[in-house]
Amino acid sequence: MTAIDAQSLELVCPAGTPAALRTAIDAGADAVYCGFRDETNARNFPGLNFSRDEMRASIDYAHARGAKVLIAINTFARAGDPGPWRHAIDDASALAADAVILADIGLLSYAARTHPGLRLHLSVQAAAASSAAITYYEKAFGVKRVVLPRVLSLAEIALVTRSISCETETFAFGGLCVMTEGRCSLSSYATGKSPNINGVCSPASHVSYRADSGSLVSRLGDFTINRFTPDQPVGYPTLCKGRFKTTVGEGYLFEEPVSLDARPLLPGLKKAGVRAIKIEGRQRSRAYIKAVVSAFRESLDALNGGRPDPIDSLALMTEGQTVTAGAYKKAWR
Amino acid sequence: MLQRTSQHVLRLPGIVAWVVRPLPLLPLQVALERLLAGILERHPDLVDRLSGFERRRVAICPSDVPVIIVLEPRDGTMILRVERILDGETVAARICGPLFALIGLVDGDYDGDALFFSRDLIVEGDIEAVLALRNAVDNAGVDLFGEALATLGPYAMPFSRAAQSIAHLWTALHTNARHNREAAQ
Repeated sequence: MTAIDAQSLELVCPAGTPAALRTAIDAGADAVYCGFRDETNARNFPGLNFSRDEMRASIDYAHARGAKVLIAINTFARAGDPGPWRHAIDDASALAADAVILADIGLLSYAARTHPGLRLHLSVQAAAASSAAITYYEKAFGVKRVVLPRVLSLAEIALVTRSISCETETFAFGGLCVMTEGRCSLSSYATGKSPNINGVCSPASHVSYRADSGSLVSRLGDFTINRFTPDQPVGYPTLCKGRFKTTVGEGYLFEEPVSLDARPLLPGLKKAGVRAIKIEGRQRSRAYIKAVVSAFRESLDALNGGRPDPIDSLALMTEGQTVTAGAYKKAWR
Repeated sequence: MLQRTSQHVLRLPGIVAWVVRPLPLLPLQVALERLLAGILERHPDLVDRLSGFERRRVAICPSDVPVIIVLEPRDGTMILRVERILDGETVAARICGPLFALIGLVDGDYDGDALFFSRDLIVEGDIEAVLALRNAVDNAGVDLFGEALATLGPYAMPFSRAAQSIAHLWTALHTNARHNREAAQ
C-alpha cells in the first residue's frame, strides 16, 4: 500500500464482508468503509455486512497494514427507536473505528456528545451540497469530512471544497444515485421499505426476474420496471433506472443503467482540493473489489508519480456495462 | 471448441453434456456431499451467514452440463442433492450459467453482478435467497480445487500434478488456437 501524504487522494473502498475488506486492503485501499449486519447502514442486504466480532478482527487486519476502517451508520434512525443506531455508534467507538459515517442529525449530535474523540464523516445520505450546509455540520457536530452528493460538477466541487474547513470526499466509481440522496422515496413507494431507514434500495425480497421470449423482464413490487432484449446488458432493478411510458414517449425517464468512472477526472479532483475518492459497491464480490481497487490504486500511483494514467476499461464490471462521468462533467443533467 | 462469451466465460463443448447425460447420479451425489462437508468444516461462517434463510432451496443449474445441484440450508448445515430435472415447485430460486462461471463465483474469480449484467448468469425466483447464498459463498473464500483435492486423501498429490499438467496443456492449446485465429483474421 502507498503511504498517504497531504497531497495524495485517499482511496476509500467498499467492503460488504470481511473477505472483501481483506481483498480491498491487499489491493491497495487506504481506507475501507463497511457496516454492521443490520438496518443501521444503507447496504442492509441478505448475507452482507459484519458482526461485531468480524468488525473487530477486520479493524485489527486493517490497522496492522496501515489502513483505516470507516463504519457506515448512515441510515436515519426509526422514529422513537434510535437504540440500534446509538448502539452501533457506541460499538464503533469501542472497536476503535477510524471514523463513523453518519447522516442523521440526531445521531451526529449523539456521537459528538457521547464520543467526542470519535471522528465523524458526513454521509452522502445527508445530501449536504452547499458550503453553508456543510459548515453547519462542521460547527454543530465537529464533522471532519463530508461525502459530497453525486449531483455536483467538478467546478462546483472545487468551489465548495475551497469554502469549507473540513475535508471533502467524492464518489469516483460505481453505481449512481441520480436522485437527491437520503431523500429518495421511489423504492419506498414501490415496496414499502425505505433505503433511508431500512437500508435497502430495491430490496431483494421485492425483486423478481422473468424470461419472456428471450427478453428479461425485471419487476420491483407490483411494477414492471424494465425489459431487456437478449443483446442488451442488464441493470439493477431500481426505479430510477427503469423505463417509463409517458405522454411524451417511452424510455428512460431519469437515467439509463450506467455507472460512474471518474478516473479521467482524478487530476481535476486533486486540483480541486478533494481529500478522498470513494468507490461504490459494498454489495459486490471480492472479484469486483480486487479489479476496481487495483485499477484505482494504479491510477492514483500514476497521478502521484506524474505518469500517464494507464486506464484499463472496467466497463464489464459495471451496471449496464457502460460508464459515464456523471454530473462531474455537467452534461449529465 | 470452447466458446467465449462477453464476460470471457468458457463454455463446455456439447460433447461434455452428451458424455455426462447417461452417467448415474449417485457417485456424483456422494462426491459432492463429501466436497461440501469439507467446505463447511473449514468455513463454518458460510452457514452462519445464511441464518434466516433456512429451508430456502436454491438450484444451481449449469447451462452446459445436464446436472442440477440443489442446496438447502437446514438445521445449521447445508443439504445437497443432485438432480437431472428440476421440479419447479421444490426450489425457491434458480441460478443458471456456464459451469465455469458458477465455479468462478465460488472461487472469487467472477463477480456475480457483472455476470448478471452481461447475461452470462440468469437468476429466477427468491432473489433474497440467491443474494444470501452468493454473499455467504463469496465471503467464505472457498478454494474449490483445493477442497476437491482434500477429498482425495493420499491420492491428492498425484491427482494435483496430473490436473496441473492437463491445465497447462489445455491453456497452451487454447492460446495457440487463439493466436492462429487472430493471425488468420
